[in-house]
Amino acid sequence: MEWETVIGLEIHAQLATKSKIFSGASTAYGAEPNTQACAVDLGLPGVLPVLNAEVVRMATAFGLAVDAEVAPRSVFARKNYFYPDLPKGYQISQYELPIVKTGKLIIALENGEEKEIGITRAHLEEDAGKSLHEDFAGMTGIDLNRAGTPLLEIVSEPDMRSAKEAVAYMKKIHTLVQYLGICDGNMQEGSFRCDANVSVRPRGELALGTRTEIKNLNSFRFIERAIAFEVERQIDLLETGGEVVQETRLYDPDRDETRSMRSKEEANDYRYFPDPDLLPVEISADFIEKVRLELPELPDIKRQRFVTELGLSAYDAGLLTASRALSEYFEAVLAELEGEAKLVANWVSGELSGRLHKEGLEIAQCPVSASDLAGLLARVVDDTISGKIAKEVFAAMWAGEGSADEIIAAKGLKQITDTGALDALIDEIIAANPNQAEQLRAGKDKLLGYFVGQVMKATQGKANPGMVNQLLKQKLLGSGKHEGSS
Amino acid sequence: MSLDIEQVEKIAWLARLQIEAEAKADYARNLSDILDFVEQLSRIDTTGVTPMAHPQDLPQRLRADEVTESDQRELFQQVAPAVENGLYLVPKVIE
Repeated sequence: MEWETVIGLEIHAQLATKSKIFSGASTAYGAEPNTQACAVDLGLPGVLPVLNAEVVRMATAFGLAVDAEVAPRSVFARKNYFYPDLPKGYQISQYELPIVKTGKLIIALENGEEKEIGITRAHLEEDAGKSLHEDFAGMTGIDLNRAGTPLLEIVSEPDMRSAKEAVAYMKKIHTLVQYLGICDGNMQEGSFRCDANVSVRPRGELALGTRTEIKNLNSFRFIERAIAFEVERQIDLLETGGEVVQETRLYDPDRDETRSMRSKEEANDYRYFPDPDLLPVEISADFIEKVRLELPELPDIKRQRFVTELGLSAYDAGLLTASRALSEYFEAVLAELEGEAKLVANWVSGELSGRLHKEGLEIAQCPVSASDLAGLLARVVDDTISGKIAKEVFAAMWAGEGSADEIIAAKGLKQITDTGALDALIDEIIAANPNQAEQLRAGKDKLLGYFVGQVMKATQGKANPGMVNQLLKQKLLGSGKHEGSS
Repeated sequence: MSLDIEQVEKIAWLARLQIEAEAKADYARNLSDILDFVEQLSRIDTTGVTPMAHPQDLPQRLRADEVTESDQRELFQQVAPAVENGLYLVPKVIE
């Protein structure tokens, strides 16, 4: 039988606020345990939550970015369950009336087609603390610094049909929240993670199969592998006459498998009800308009603009807009080199990105500033150096040896554009290679490349390739005088 | 509406309350009485009435996103039965 995979994702994006969702404690990552857990976060008697205005603005911005209605009235509810890293015995979340209603997002598929993924809702909630099960004989250590950190839970429709589509959707949300500046997207630190609801059904069947939920996936690679494993497991079960049990499963990256987390008897019964400590959140049309006006240029629109206004290929535009920081770096270089979009795009998505990737750096940590790179490329544009020599200069800039002009001067890399000097050299090379010269004159055009190579070798790459070409043609073939040099 | 013993046991479990076997019948009767009392509300026609989320008909006030709390770990951990390396210790919750 042919099976169809059905996937829906619940993404948790930690909102990039300074303080917690309901208290004035800091959300900074990496502090000593429990030094950022105040009386509200600890759930001590007599405390009251007060909502952080910034989380409302951030959720509103997200809603607008995914074409969703931002609810004029939303309500916080208590989700009741017992776990030691949840001191109150309930998590403050939103249930019946979330802040962001139905929206949508377009993802690009591998075959180049586009697909719309529905967003069911997005709601605000508080994160729980952390449990550390090792290191304490028979005990569990609890760190409540993370308790009360604001989360936006983004729930998708079960619209994805493969692990790859799920990853494409998650990457898209990841890019979007960073463009909006509402989440730092740091997956290692848990700022961006997701749960995947996975089921399979015979192709053509409309009813959904029984699903399992894979918890806490915090890397794109793990999501793909966890879903792939889970799909195989479910198909194997069904094909051997078994049944899929609705349950929560955990992905173990070391063994590359998912396994059951909670047994069925303890099926969750969260008994949601409106939190009496919080009043309904009201958002005015004026506020929504204000947030809309402050929205940055979103990735899809920027990508489109790079294609239509700058003449970049869809592929280059996609690479350059994959992160807001990279796109801004590109634009900063271009601002100093008007009309050279293609050259700048090649350098930013090629040499620069390659180097960052190799050294495991983010664009923000790039040792060559946008203005420095513009300085280098300006020397390529004005023919001071060739593209090849520019790579050598770039490597020296990366190593902190100075600006492009300083390095070009110090290393004597300035291109030879003096026709007299090249003339003599080319005559010498032609004289030293009479056979090749003869064959070239007889029509073996490929040998022109040989002569260019010889000249470049003799000048250590400093001759202007366009000029060399032109001079060679002129001397060997009696033409090229009026052809433009590059 | 009437709750049976099994439902009372489930409610007690969800709330992590231990109740004596002989008290269960009483709980079932008392809780059922409370539900019957509230049930009177369903006799009223509420068509077109937006449910309130809170008895006070006011919107939530918001606070500015500022860090206003300082570290009081030492004070808070004085009442904890067990702490180590700044962590609260609880009986192990997984196998």
